[in-house]
Amino acid sequence: MPSTLARPSGDAMTEPLLSVRDLSVAFHQGGTTSLAVDRVSFDIKPGEVVALVGESGSGKSVTANSMLRLLPYPSASHPSGEILFGGHDLLKAPEQALRQVRGNQITMIFQEPMTSLNPLHTIEKQIGEILDLHQGITGQAARSRILGLLNQVGIREPEKRLQAYPHQLSGGQRQRVMIAMALANRPKLLIADEPTTALDVTVQAQILELLRRLKGEHGMSMLFITHDLGIVRKFADRVCVMTKGKIVESGDVESVFVNPQHPYTRHLLASEPRGEPPLADPAKPVVMEGEDIRVWFPIKAGFLRKVVDHVKAVDGVSLSLRAGETLGVVGESGSGKTTLGLALARLISSEGRIAFIGNNIANFSFTQMRPLRDRLQVVFQDPYGSLSPRMSVGEIIAEGLKVHEPALSADERDERVRWALTEVGLDPETRWRYPHEFSGGQRQRIAIARAMVLKPRFVMLDEPTSALDMTVQAQVVDLLRDLQKKHDLAYLFISHDLKVVKALANHVIVMRAGKVVEEGPAERIFQAPEKDYTKALMAAAFNLEAVDTAAVSQ
Amino acid sequence: MEAQATVTTPAGAPPRRGWLSPTNRRRLQKFKANRRGYWSFWIFMVLFVLSLFAELIANDRPIIASYKGEILFPVLVDYPEEKFGGFLATTDYRSSFITDEIEANGWMVWPPIRYSYLTVNSNIPHSAPTAPFWLMDTEQRCAGYPLGQEDPGCILGNLNWLGTDDQARDVAARIIYGFRVSVLFGLALTIASAVIGVTAGAIQGYFGGWTDLLFQRFIEIWSSMPVLYILLIIAAILPPGFFVLLGIMLLFSWVGFVGVVRAEFLRARNFEYVNAARALGVGNWTIMFRHLLPNAMVATLTFLPFILSGSIATLTSLDFLGFGMPPGSPSLGEMIAQGKNNLQAPWLGLTAFFTMSIMLSLLIFIGEAVRDAFDPRKTFG
Repeated sequence: MPSTLARPSGDAMTEPLLSVRDLSVAFHQGGTTSLAVDRVSFDIKPGEVVALVGESGSGKSVTANSMLRLLPYPSASHPSGEILFGGHDLLKAPEQALRQVRGNQITMIFQEPMTSLNPLHTIEKQIGEILDLHQGITGQAARSRILGLLNQVGIREPEKRLQAYPHQLSGGQRQRVMIAMALANRPKLLIADEPTTALDVTVQAQILELLRRLKGEHGMSMLFITHDLGIVRKFADRVCVMTKGKIVESGDVESVFVNPQHPYTRHLLASEPRGEPPLADPAKPVVMEGEDIRVWFPIKAGFLRKVVDHVKAVDGVSLSLRAGETLGVVGESGSGKTTLGLALARLISSEGRIAFIGNNIANFSFTQMRPLRDRLQVVFQDPYGSLSPRMSVGEIIAEGLKVHEPALSADERDERVRWALTEVGLDPETRWRYPHEFSGGQRQRIAIARAMVLKPRFVMLDEPTSALDMTVQAQVVDLLRDLQKKHDLAYLFISHDLKVVKALANHVIVMRAGKVVEEGPAERIFQAPEKDYTKALMAAAFNLEAVDTAAVSQ
Repeated sequence: MEAQATVTTPAGAPPRRGWLSPTNRRRLQKFKANRRGYWSFWIFMVLFVLSLFAELIANDRPIIASYKGEILFPVLVDYPEEKFGGFLATTDYRSSFITDEIEANGWMVWPPIRYSYLTVNSNIPHSAPTAPFWLMDTEQRCAGYPLGQEDPGCILGNLNWLGTDDQARDVAARIIYGFRVSVLFGLALTIASAVIGVTAGAIQGYFGGWTDLLFQRFIEIWSSMPVLYILLIIAAILPPGFFVLLGIMLLFSWVGFVGVVRAEFLRARNFEYVNAARALGVGNWTIMFRHLLPNAMVATLTFLPFILSGSIATLTSLDFLGFGMPPGSPSLGEMIAQGKNNLQAPWLGLTAFFTMSIMLSLLIFIGEAVRDAFDPRKTFG
């Protein structure tokens, strides 16, 4: 892996810029106290990139937020520890002094660029506010400085963007504006809390590239919080691995990755989704076939609501899928891949022929579809949202049985529910519990069980792994592959995560703006992509490299 | 691994979870944590249940009596007066003739207050309205009885605890019955408008589109009608009565629920678990009932106590204006009107005022506690 990053020589004598000593964070709620961070220590040297890696709930964001005392005090508190910055303990600094540090010497960028920008203010006003606050720059001087910053973060045609509101920018551009705001006062330390998680892979690669360049230009240090080991390896100098509020291992990126000491680090490193999809058998029957599927949403204008144009969410896609086969649909957000899946499952109306086990279901009404729905199942992206919080797991799984096999007695239904839970690797006795008692991975298993209990032929999987932690992702991928082998299922696997698609799909469709850019056997697409867009996607996903091509949007 | 959750119960049998789901148990806990609301709830319930048995507390006939060896239940049965040697169609147990006759041939158990809401006290010391007995000296309070202080009728149960109104009816008895009518009316109106409003809001929110558009426009027109005038006009045409009033007010009060429920349904119909149910082939009505209604019920239940107090206040104000319950019925509004007309008898206005304000405050406190209980952001402790 070629690295353009000039690593500092690792001089142990340099004075650390920021030093965290024995930091603990506790949260009090309803009379109980939970320790989110447990005596964590690390240093950040000038010009160094330190990565905090861990799964959700490991306390990495809480650690970062406590550096600028951004936690919800007083329900949060620090039982122990100090954070030394420029000779002062930030934890004990008065609010006045802390405001001088925040946004000036230490700045932060957050995960969700939409909610971190004020939707009511223009870009110029938001950046200008920071300049005014800390440096007292206003008027023409501020404007030229803002233009310089926007140029620096690679916003094309910054003059036109000054008066833009956040909703007029794409996710990547918003994150660039956030970075411009963070850089406005030439901070010594930039804390980046999962800055690319909400972005598409190609945009993620661009943002990483930008951060790397800016770090070199400004000579600042960075604390990089992420769950993505690929980013850490590519980007950081030193890494601290966190789990359950503790740093279990820290050291140089190279040594930690090559020679991990702690079992958790090894577990994390080994948890990339892996394995090969089962071979497709051309003799098997075709389960799902789509021909020239179009989903156009009308744009209406004028007094009479005349249709003036269409948003072409899916525009002429054809596909066919055999039993025991997985069709991967990849693309960036907004490319129409989920809409395509919903159209095939007849959950939204579409045009074009859709054939499911021999029936042309394209014009079936909801009632006509009902007898087929047991063999056509859907698993949604968000396991927190897709299970009704008011029903027990058993009721959730049995709901479909009540519709499709109403003749079953309560005992027979219970039997089937237990079978489905066993199939997905959950203890059948958990069926009396409620969804909130389960972790994200377990919930996704429940959602899969809900689909499996009806013994489907075709399952549409809409990003089933994107809301899950890395180690759990790998388990769910393994589970899906096992179930496919056992029951000869046909999967439509929709994902933006190419690594997961690679582990599951026999055939891949690359979508962009509702159209198919490239399609073919998974092996060929991954080994030898033909189109520029596919190449850029692969480079961004597997090597975190931004390819400068017109095929990719900013 | 993460997939193995530990469970110790034997196979097959559902573990005991109580009759409340965990969410509802937490809500109950939060409701109890609001001490003021919790106490208000119990005080209100006690008052309400007591008022349901108003006939046993304030009545102009004995609860149970023994006459010539026969056990009688005058509260429940209308005995003709000839049974006791009189001549009226219904017995006036308060007359000294009947009282003496029964006492001589048996015994009787009176309610603590020996007046019903319509009973006229014929032994008042001076012209009505008369003051509560504790504002008069012993001689004065028995002045209306033939034998004065020695009269056997001049006892606690026959004295007017809160005075009498301008028709010499006992205020305490009228308050007890009036409270019952107010609360029952409020409850009936609230429940009926909740049922109609939630159904309408659910249909609008779930189906959306044209259904929603037409319904919304209709509601806008409907709710911009001058409700009070229409009430007055209808009340002038139809004979006044509990159910007529209920019907008239129901015409307009259900609209209040529609907005909240519609918004909840609009929001929740795109929840992933609703889409998941749709993908399973579950029908529209089942989805509405099983998946969406519980969401909307939170908003509705939070609303209920406030709607209840609003309904009670509306009934009272109609009564005050004279367009409410038929003349003679026990009513707080009518008592306020009497208080206004008889400023020399402040016990009328004050009694009605305190009854109203205590009742409405209790309901508002309960409402606050319910709102706290359903607030997902509120933590207690």
